[in-house]
Amino acid sequence: MPAGGFEELEHTADWALRVRGRDLAELLVNAAHGMLELAGVQTSSGAGPERTLELTSHDPESLLVDWLHELLLALELRSVAFKHIRLEVTGDRDLIATFQEVPLISIAKPIKAVTYNELDIVETPQGLTATVVFDV
Amino acid sequence: MSERRLVRKEDFKQLSPFLWEIPTTYRSGMRVPVRLFADDRLLEDALDDKSLEQAVNASMLPGLVGHVTVMPDVHQGYGFPIGGVAATRLPHGVISPGAIGYDINCGVRLLASRITLEEAEASMADLASALYRNCPSGVGVKGSIKLSTKELERVCREGAEWALDNGYAQEIDLARTEEGGRILGADPEAVSDRAKQRGQPQLGTLGAGNHFVEVDVVDQVFDSGAASAMGLALGTLALQIHCGSRGFGHQVCTDYVREFQPAAARYKIQLPDRELVCAPLDSPEGKRYLAAMACAANYAFANRQIMAHHARRSFEEALGGRVPDWELHQVYDIAHNMGKIEEHAVGDERVRVCVHRKGATRAFGPGFEGLPDDYRPLGQPVLVPGSMGTASWVLLGTEGSMQQSFGSSCHGAGRTMSRKQAKRTVRGDQLRAELERRGIQIRAGSMPGLAEEAPQAYKDVDAVVEVVARAGIAKKVARLRPVAVIKG
Repeated sequence: MPAGGFEELEHTADWALRVRGRDLAELLVNAAHGMLELAGVQTSSGAGPERTLELTSHDPESLLVDWLHELLLALELRSVAFKHIRLEVTGDRDLIATFQEVPLISIAKPIKAVTYNELDIVETPQGLTATVVFDV
Repeated sequence: MSERRLVRKEDFKQLSPFLWEIPTTYRSGMRVPVRLFADDRLLEDALDDKSLEQAVNASMLPGLVGHVTVMPDVHQGYGFPIGGVAATRLPHGVISPGAIGYDINCGVRLLASRITLEEAEASMADLASALYRNCPSGVGVKGSIKLSTKELERVCREGAEWALDNGYAQEIDLARTEEGGRILGADPEAVSDRAKQRGQPQLGTLGAGNHFVEVDVVDQVFDSGAASAMGLALGTLALQIHCGSRGFGHQVCTDYVREFQPAAARYKIQLPDRELVCAPLDSPEGKRYLAAMACAANYAFANRQIMAHHARRSFEEALGGRVPDWELHQVYDIAHNMGKIEEHAVGDERVRVCVHRKGATRAFGPGFEGLPDDYRPLGQPVLVPGSMGTASWVLLGTEGSMQQSFGSSCHGAGRTMSRKQAKRTVRGDQLRAELERRGIQIRAGSMPGLAEEAPQAYKDVDAVVEVVARAGIAKKVARLRPVAVIKG
């Protein structure tokens, strides 16, 4: 696994990422960085406001899907991307994320959706790992 | 991902030269067999990824009847394979949003013209540029139509009829659209505010990915009577539009895949993949999803109708006065990601079912009442776009498709190479140069995106069509060859 905590996997029609983290919070942050890299997100150097996002989901896998979906929506609806993501997870179902918004310049490739396909957050000796499939 | 062994050729029983079956004994939990239409080569292709594994998983959906059908253009998707058809019995069988897909009513529209290639050849670059300029494309692109929430809700209910009321359509366009361009039962109350927010600026846009506008020339005619009824003449130009319900549909599917996660547990439904999550058709959740899906389907019908309007304007700009007749006439508009309530024969019984088609096209045979008068004796047109730079096909539905595949046929070429591999092996700028050397005008917003859609990443569409024709689930009418491709 590369240092960024994510790697792209082969997938015939869509995109897939293997993501890892020492804990769920790190896994979610790495998944966010992986998704932004897959989509080829280009941002300006300007600094935007710091934001806080709170989410509650059904379970850890849903939390991962919901979190990435929130970021996709911000890209599409508000034309912003994210830097300096910090994340706190409590009870495996709730998160509070803080990040700096930065103006979006362009996206090379669109992501339609974050899917549950074969999504399973698995414990390993190094922490947690998951595979996320994106519909593109 | 699962390390379970993939389906192998020896797991199949060959039922006929182009039909293969995985019996329910293959894995515990299968409720019906899986049947694949393929020749030897396409069967080998299907074994290369997890598409058949996904079809086996789909065969575990509650309430299935008959068999899960897999088309020869199958490839791995997410949860349900692209190129899959599954029918669940009403009222207690399930509906699965993931088995319909995020791009609800992604589909294809074909328009014909009386313009010969010779007449237009000198203006083809202008035509490609006009289409690229007038058909908004790219990631998150916004269109020229700004919908209020109230107007968006009208689009949800009325589909292509909204486009007709607002000057973007001709009456015959709607008659020559699946379901007349309007699915009944749409309820905007079943759609989230977020979906509406995403849908408001995107009506009349192409998007990106594998969506395209393509100018073709009618290259071969196999059924001159049917081609004539459709207005397709050898050597004349035609235009295809491939797009769907944009962010609106993506959000509807996302919302319901999320909402169904706890619902499935409530209904004690256990599935091998959470993306197949589902709810009974007669449950409150199932009914709400059907009503929301109809909204997204109607949005997509309106979207392709407005794209057709943009295309007509582009033809007028580029060819007006340069050719005798620059009008575009609707051939047909079909969905290939949809759940439809239909009646089919299952054994000796007529059964009302919800047919999930994901990357598969409805292909009803001759006599179907939903077709316009001039098409009813022929069967429903089936539009099969090939990969970029390769042929596309116009087919007709048959009685054989009604008997073998719940009135369904293939939808395209089907991928065979991963996007990652395509990016590694193909450069977008080189591909564009190669296609232009072959006389195909290319207008594209993203070179990496172009590379991912390279023809070598797809199966041979001619081979796919040969299988559906020889298996009797569609009939050849005409083959189209591209001369200009517009992509986001």
